[in-house]
Amino acid sequence: MRIGVIAFPGSLDDRDAARAVRLAGAEPVALWHADRDLRGVDAVILPGGFSYGDYLRCGAIARFAPVMSELVPAARAGLPVLGICNGFQILCEAHLLPGALTRNSGLRFVTRDLRLRVENARTAWTGAYAGGQEIVVPLKSGEGRYAADAGTLAGLQARGQVVIRYTDPNPNGSAGGIAGVCNAEGNVVGLMPHPEHAVDPLTGPSAGGLGFFTSVVAGVLG
Amino acid sequence: MTAATVAQPYAELGLTRAEYEKIVGTLGRRPTGPELALYSVMWSEHCSYKSSKVHLRQFAEKAPASAALLAGIGHNAGVVDIGQGYAVTFKIESHNHPSYVEPHQGAATGVGGIVRDILAMGARPVAVMDALRFGPASAPDTGRVLPGVVSGISSYGNCLGLPNIGGELDFDPCYAGNPLVNALCVGVMRHGDLQVAAAHGAGNKVILFGSTTGPDGVGGASVLASAAFGGSGADAVKRPSVQVGDPFLEKLLVECCLELFAGGLVAGLQDLGAAGVACATTELAAAGTGGMRVQLDAVPLRDPSLGPPEILMSESQERMMAVVEPGRTDEFLAVCAKWDVRAAVIGEVTGTGRLVMTWRGETVVDIPPGSAADGPVYHRPLARPAAQDTLAAADPLLLPRPFDGPGLRADLLALIGSPGLADKSWVTDQYDRYVRGDTVLAMPEDGGLVRVDEATGLGIALATDGNGRYCRLDPYLGTQLVLSEAYRNVAVTGARPLAVTNCLNFGSPEDPGVMWQFAEAVRGLADGCAALGVPVTGGNVSFYNQTGSVAIHPTPVIGVLGVHDDVRRRLSIGFDVPDASLVLLGRTEAEFGGSAWAHVRHGHLGGRPPAPDLLAEQRLAGLLAAAAAAGLLSAAHDLSDGGLAVALAESCLRGRTGCRVRLPGDPFTALFSESAARAVVAVRPGAEAGFASLRADHGVAGQTIGRTGGDDLAVEGWFAIPLAELAAVHAGVLPALFG
Repeated sequence: MRIGVIAFPGSLDDRDAARAVRLAGAEPVALWHADRDLRGVDAVILPGGFSYGDYLRCGAIARFAPVMSELVPAARAGLPVLGICNGFQILCEAHLLPGALTRNSGLRFVTRDLRLRVENARTAWTGAYAGGQEIVVPLKSGEGRYAADAGTLAGLQARGQVVIRYTDPNPNGSAGGIAGVCNAEGNVVGLMPHPEHAVDPLTGPSAGGLGFFTSVVAGVLG
Repeated sequence: MTAATVAQPYAELGLTRAEYEKIVGTLGRRPTGPELALYSVMWSEHCSYKSSKVHLRQFAEKAPASAALLAGIGHNAGVVDIGQGYAVTFKIESHNHPSYVEPHQGAATGVGGIVRDILAMGARPVAVMDALRFGPASAPDTGRVLPGVVSGISSYGNCLGLPNIGGELDFDPCYAGNPLVNALCVGVMRHGDLQVAAAHGAGNKVILFGSTTGPDGVGGASVLASAAFGGSGADAVKRPSVQVGDPFLEKLLVECCLELFAGGLVAGLQDLGAAGVACATTELAAAGTGGMRVQLDAVPLRDPSLGPPEILMSESQERMMAVVEPGRTDEFLAVCAKWDVRAAVIGEVTGTGRLVMTWRGETVVDIPPGSAADGPVYHRPLARPAAQDTLAAADPLLLPRPFDGPGLRADLLALIGSPGLADKSWVTDQYDRYVRGDTVLAMPEDGGLVRVDEATGLGIALATDGNGRYCRLDPYLGTQLVLSEAYRNVAVTGARPLAVTNCLNFGSPEDPGVMWQFAEAVRGLADGCAALGVPVTGGNVSFYNQTGSVAIHPTPVIGVLGVHDDVRRRLSIGFDVPDASLVLLGRTEAEFGGSAWAHVRHGHLGGRPPAPDLLAEQRLAGLLAAAAAAGLLSAAHDLSDGGLAVALAESCLRGRTGCRVRLPGDPFTALFSESAARAVVAVRPGAEAGFASLRADHGVAGQTIGRTGGDDLAVEGWFAIPLAELAAVHAGVLPALFG
């Protein structure tokens, strides 16, 4: 199984995402922002970072990268896509996911190991978890405050599109403590915390993040 | 050309009359405006090391034999062999003055500058650290400077994708008008990837790539970094001399350079930092074939009104200069285009021995490059200040000290609740420590530890330390104590210390008292490195850290690099398993000169600093490496500021496990003395005998003082503090101060 990891100018956690893919038993494939080509991969990860410096609005420029013209229709057709942090912001800007990520309520960048609850274990990226399971994964972002209008939030809640939630005190003011959401079909998931940094207790707070990557491997192979 | 009768503005550019006359003598004529600008920045204290050179020679002269050193002093950064075909380069540099004038950009570009130094050696930068010192935590100006500095480091380092793995944060009134912002970067390469900073080969092209050149940072090296602040609002006019950073462009520049290196497209390379194009061209030319022709019109500008002097002096960030064989320039430019990095051929290497620059067809610079690159050398007068005797006479042993359990308890809480020893999460939570996925240890650990090879577990440990109070009391011994602490902080991770970098922060070199402090500190460091067997591989001198006529404490900040054979065997400071026996390693004497206890409890600075014991440090480091490799320990923590008391508190909080200890002798001395060459270790249950025998083999003194476990830090017969209370005191300080 081959999982693509897109590198935009300013992507930073592409190496970490590729390592997590490898640890989950799949082959990482580097995808380049300027190529209109997904190279036949079975799933795609948009990694964390500061694409284009995030100078305009996080993810606002990356949305128009040539590779996105291939990714968006593929995602709408069911390709599993995971956006982490800046990747989540890009997926929101591309309208593959609802809502937006805004400046943290504390107005500062926050790096913290947080306890998260898996609210929806039926998405392409969470099948390896049990519903309600708690995992410890780092958050590291300056604009991670999830925001959406009341109707959207109610709809997300009603349709089970809230994938993970913060259980520790809300670190950034996200609406409803939302840390990750999915599209209605569950193949596109966006996460503000970084599961690729929690794949080995040697370098992360736990190995609790590995499940996102093993989930998609099991789903595609199964 | 200037009319021969008009006086030239050398003084405004920071040159003395004698220096100006030396330039006239070298050239045999009056310098042109651009030449005067070039010499003024190259001969600034910041770029030329004119006051420090005669002392810094000791680092090479006294250097211990080291098989690990691949490139030493004189390069952009030193390079150390860590085995398995890997080499590591690391360096620490100051950005003190810009960070006071404009904290966010000053600190941000400090990170950017040191990262380019590491990149210029041919290495991939893999981690950064920051050593920060501010005025009193409660001072209003600290509330302006500290948050700005931290946000600058955070935004630049995070956007660059480099984990921030540690550093320091301290407060003292001496830094109120002159904070210290020292940034360290470490990079990794394969042997043979080393780049040279020299323009060899007549006909080779000189390419400037990265950002455009603008009017920011003009005179940063001369006007800003090589002069003292006046301590008035007038310093605000220096703000235009502070550079503005673009971390996104630097990230592209890093990836672009690494692809250029991999393609073998670079014949010579220099980063642009202080003194910008002036420095890069003169240093490349002086180190190479010797001549270079540069068309200044070809430099891409972001402000078309700039003329030759500004182009030469600008310190616009995110720029590099490469020497490229003519047949490879197309490939070079193609790689730059792939990364959206602007590149321009601005000149070529010549065999003339002259650095010649033209502007709109006219020759505006024609100099022998060595004359600008080498600069003047000063033997500044130095004199031991009389105040040293007064300081030494103020014996801290005469201070009132706690004599009962509640008193000892209160002092421990006061120490861990003081800003310098409090929980630093308010700062470190703004830094990304996870990116790249190789961070094994980061703050609040004693040292940072980064994995280099996933397959073998090879890694590198780094620590930075400084202590202005010790160095104020005795700059020679104080510097050796600082070196000892950084060395020990690397050792407690289980790594073997290999090499040293330094950032020497001092007042004005024109003050003989400051120059004495500097000379003593350099001598102490050179002697200390010789005794410990770790060479100095490079560093940075920052003078003029003073407000008016009052200098900061002499503050050498020392970085030590170590190699860890298997990072899976790393030691954390955290007590995370119960029932481990605690062993205090080293000897404890009643040493309180410059101690955190005297500072926090009495605002006192006097007496003698603790006595360094470099042989004991070496033995302790050998024991820790062997014990870590054998898997005998579950934790190890260096004893330094605040002594055993603060070390136990930090280890309990880090691992969320309490401890119960019984102290030998006078509990006050046992808890708060800062004797050097000490650590506390938690020995895994069942490994006690093995560790005792290993300790004896290494000749390290030690005594079992208690066990881990429980929910409080208990000192038998004296006091107990619940971990929740410790945590609340420790964690509450910085948020209460900075929001």
